[in-house]
Amino acid sequence: MSASEPDTAPGDEPVEKHEAEGVGTYLIGLGLASLLTVVSFFISGTTLVWGPSIPVALVVLAIAQMGVHLVFFLHMTTGPDNVNNVMALAFGVLIVLLVLTGSLWIMAHLNHNMIPMDQMMQMQR
Amino acid sequence: MSAAQATAGHGGPRRTHDGSASKRIIVGYGFWIFLLSDIVMFSAFFATYAVLVGATAGGPDGHDLFDVPNVGVETACLLLSSFTCGLASIGARARNGLLFYGAMAVTFVLGAAFLGLEIHEFSGLAARGDGPTRSAFLSAFFTLVGCHGLHVTAGLLWLLTMMAQVYAKGYRADILRRMLCFGLFWHTLDIIWVALFSVVYLMGVAR
Repeated sequence: MSASEPDTAPGDEPVEKHEAEGVGTYLIGLGLASLLTVVSFFISGTTLVWGPSIPVALVVLAIAQMGVHLVFFLHMTTGPDNVNNVMALAFGVLIVLLVLTGSLWIMAHLNHNMIPMDQMMQMQR
Repeated sequence: MSAAQATAGHGGPRRTHDGSASKRIIVGYGFWIFLLSDIVMFSAFFATYAVLVGATAGGPDGHDLFDVPNVGVETACLLLSSFTCGLASIGARARNGLLFYGAMAVTFVLGAAFLGLEIHEFSGLAARGDGPTRSAFLSAFFTLVGCHGLHVTAGLLWLLTMMAQVYAKGYRADILRRMLCFGLFWHTLDIIWVALFSVVYLMGVAR
């Protein structure tokens, strides 16, 4: 990284902006996040869509809203001044995915392979 | 204010004379690493909750317990407080006292309202006998949501500390660095709440 592409602290605006532009960024973020939140709450209570698709839709909407928060509130960008911040975030996301999928996967298999509880009780007698 | 203080805040040079990153960038980056480790900790609580969500021991499940309108108000409070926290950090960088103190006060009121609603929900559940000892599902629920609530409590105390520090010491470079970290912390709490209301409450009701 050359000196002409200095780093930006996470949470800072990537380039020098006028005050009003900074407020504008937060306003766009607030609008998009509100929209996604309202859709999430609507979808969870509706019978308009196929039932089993609701959890998938909720996960997709939640990930989209987290992206909105990261870009408009925490100012994560794809610019060269943000490489360090985004790399750290990517590593965090990797660990989160490993913890979540690993736990669910292993526990589902353990549940599947466990002797039903009533049989276990009989064996202990 | 000395010349060094004037240039050390936001808008000052991003690199020191020897070419290394400025202290603001290093402090912000370090705090970002801490926040990511906090998110990893929350992911462990989320995984626990997801594994135990069906283990209700014959007791109530999320569909019986969760009050969606209440969660909607909580979400609105936290989202708006994230927005006003952003306004407060703009105010701090611009050294605009009205914007900084006003936005911080609104952030505090919204955060306190969120916390009050959550405490009301928790005490209502416990009073009905559906406390954390009722089932593995409720243990995981109280651990996960309560941990977020504790973070919000710590954030509110930090918010008051930041207002007092700016009042007592002014917009010094080190105070502005703390304000940067506080903003990161508060926005990250909102990101975790997005996962919480989607996975715990809305999926619990839709199930």
